[in-house]
Amino acid sequence: MATVFERVRDIAADKLSIEADDIKPESSFTNDLNADSLDVVELIMALEEEFSEGDTTVEISDEEAEGLNTVNDVLSFLGGKGISD
Amino acid sequence: MASIDLSGKKGVVFGVANQRSIAWAISQKLVDAGAELAFTYLNDRMKSSVEKTAASLDNPLLVECDATDPEQVKKVYAQAAARMGKVDIVVHCIAFADRDDLGGNFSAVTPQGFRTALEASAYTLIPVTAEAVPYMPEEGGSVVTLSFDAAGRVYPGYNIMGTAKAALENEVGQLANEFGPKGVRVNAISAGPLATLAARSIPGFNTMRKAFEERSPLGRNITHDEVANTALFLLSDLSSGITGAVIPVDAGYTAMGI
Repeated sequence: MATVFERVRDIAADKLSIEADDIKPESSFTNDLNADSLDVVELIMALEEEFSEGDTTVEISDEEAEGLNTVNDVLSFLGGKGISD
Repeated sequence: MASIDLSGKKGVVFGVANQRSIAWAISQKLVDAGAELAFTYLNDRMKSSVEKTAASLDNPLLVECDATDPEQVKKVYAQAAARMGKVDIVVHCIAFADRDDLGGNFSAVTPQGFRTALEASAYTLIPVTAEAVPYMPEEGGSVVTLSFDAAGRVYPGYNIMGTAKAALENEVGQLANEFGPKGVRVNAISAGPLATLAARSIPGFNTMRKAFEERSPLGRNITHDEVANTALFLLSDLSSGITGAVIPVDAGYTAMGI
């Protein structure tokens, strides 16, 4: 099964139309991966969808979204929700 | 049993961005009811997303269109009519404001920000309606646009988009009046907050969702499906007596005073 990093990486690759290999844990979505504001919103919504399963819904508020600048930020946010490998 | 049959009907949908777009929820209902559709996309950025979204349909016409330019809107309908023969149905789901003009103080809006929001979100309904009329059959056609309760009341953060929706709702009446003699109906759906790309870009969106859940008579938020069903009704002959109207699909939220 894919790791949490791999799942986040693949979502980002799909939404930002870039190669998965170019995405590292320390990559910043806007600075390194050239995401614009709409990309970021799409990314957030796709993450919510990916990590909501059954009764567990992952919702990312505006304030929380503002803190998610890098892949690592997303991984620790998800970790805080009990989603980790 | 009454059912909605749109076979033989042709429609143009402005404003699909992705699978979660209200425009796409409406489109799926229209297709299920038998209509044939064409879609516009704003620019290259949106093109692949619209292609991906519409991939489940049988090779629909996709046309690039910045609807703030009436010449581009004209071309869309010319192409749509060349492919499909006519236009019976128009779905207008276009809204945009500069990020800087959403959230913060309403009065901080610049003249340019005002123009951008009003032009994209309100002006576009005028050419999108008017340019379709020459391609509509003798019995007329139906146009639906999307509004929000912030047209008449204050939702902090929605800011200049509230002004734009007020203008949009005014246009619905004026366009209904102008094209009513040709059998063309123009209506708006004032939908409660739905998680779409556009809505999620609005600061305070989550607060709106919570307020609707807590305070609407139905005690919940609405769904894409509920808006799409209402659009299907407004775009079909079942609503033949309705034009110039703004229909709330909001779980009753706007009925409440407190």
